[in-house]
Amino acid sequence: MSVLGPGRSTGDRIFFGTLIGLGIAYILMVLGMLVADASFTTPAAMAAALAKPEIRHAFGLSFTTATVTAILSVWFGVPIGYLMARRNFPGKSLVDAILDVPIVLPPMVIGLSLLILFQTGLGRQLESGFAALFGVGITYEVPSIILAQFAVSCAFAIRTLRVTFDQLDPRCEDVARTLGCSSRQAFWHVVLPSAWKGVLSAGLLAWARALGEFGPVLVFSGATRMKTEVLPSTVFLELSVGDLEAAVAVSLILVAAAVGCLLLGRLLGLKVGR
Amino acid sequence: MSLRLEQCSARVGTFNLGPADLDLPGGAYGVLMGPTGSGKTTLLELIAGLAPLTSGRLSIAGQPSNELRPADRGIGYLPQDGVLFDTMTVAEHLDFAPRFGGWTQARRQQRVEELAERLGLNSLLKRKPEGLSGGERQRVGLGRALAGRPKLLLLDEPLSALDVEMHADLAQYLATIRDDQDVTVLHVTHNPQEADLLGTHHFRLNEGRILPTS
Repeated sequence: MSVLGPGRSTGDRIFFGTLIGLGIAYILMVLGMLVADASFTTPAAMAAALAKPEIRHAFGLSFTTATVTAILSVWFGVPIGYLMARRNFPGKSLVDAILDVPIVLPPMVIGLSLLILFQTGLGRQLESGFAALFGVGITYEVPSIILAQFAVSCAFAIRTLRVTFDQLDPRCEDVARTLGCSSRQAFWHVVLPSAWKGVLSAGLLAWARALGEFGPVLVFSGATRMKTEVLPSTVFLELSVGDLEAAVAVSLILVAAAVGCLLLGRLLGLKVGR
Repeated sequence: MSLRLEQCSARVGTFNLGPADLDLPGGAYGVLMGPTGSGKTTLLELIAGLAPLTSGRLSIAGQPSNELRPADRGIGYLPQDGVLFDTMTVAEHLDFAPRFGGWTQARRQQRVEELAERLGLNSLLKRKPEGLSGGERQRVGLGRALAGRPKLLLLDEPLSALDVEMHADLAQYLATIRDDQDVTVLHVTHNPQEADLLGTHHFRLNEGRILPTS
């Protein structure tokens, strides 16, 4: 039976009509933004903007750092998500709340907090140890971009992975343990293969988040051209010098990447961001 | 392999089991009955090492087993609903315990073929659990539990939710399992006919205590 068709009372029709009306209004707003972006520029103007060496550098840096961030987020997210889904321990609610802090904090505050952290004694030691090992510092350098993106993306990856592990029957691991597996083997051979969709969803979500991260990167890494400029910083920089066409061209790349990520997720039957 | 519980207690969430005593001689087919929520599954988990004992002594084959890892208890466990691994084929289920038990490739292959033949799973070996019927899933779960040649088999309502024909088939197989596999069995059920047909030793769990019944 259709939600507005025959057999529905007037009250039902008003109720469902309101829901549908609000839904359509929101979808129109999202589509309107995308269409406005696309119609603002021409392919020639876009090509010209994308030929700029600074933008090409930002493009490469954005995709590289987002990929590294996504891998790191999954690397940390899998064990943390699994632990939170399977184990009870004193203070678990507090730990759970701390893991969500990067999701609710204003992005600028995350960047500022990282900047302050790396000005403390421990932070300086970390920075000098890192520089000695890799020949490059952290703050206002490329590693700071990854760290700033990771601070936010990892929280989303953990949340996704925790839900994934929550939905898997813990008795599978129990059975595996009675059949000769250690807990580690049960995790690798039984749990992780069953959780692959969740792991991939977490990775895609972390990648998309990292690619669009602006606030923390701006504060912790700066927006130095040909050095720490990522695509969202490019939009900001191009807007600030009045080159609206270049800003829109870069925005469209970000939109395409985000939509591509969502479509890839849906194509693989994943629940990216759901 | 005998099974003995002496004053065993466990606490899972807000549920308290025991102190419970149970004595099942080697080679016996024990059937445990009891009302829903009486702790039958918890008891099996406790014996399997999946739920911690808070007090008492558990012996499997005369060996104190309180501290043994589940993998070292020599058991096969079939939980309620089978609980199959959704990414593995039927053949991989049958090969699971031999693989982690360090068997040779040839012996593993032989064991898979043997169990597939015995449980009528030959045509399903390449299938994954999705799409298997209830009876097929239970047979796969049973095969997986038996594959490592356990000395003690723990079955949690293995015949529930099966149609009449499948119920009779699997019950018939379970009736021969002790001779076939040289295994001691503890089988949880709600069904008195099933208990009469299969059991050599009968127990009843009520309010956390186990009583032998005739």
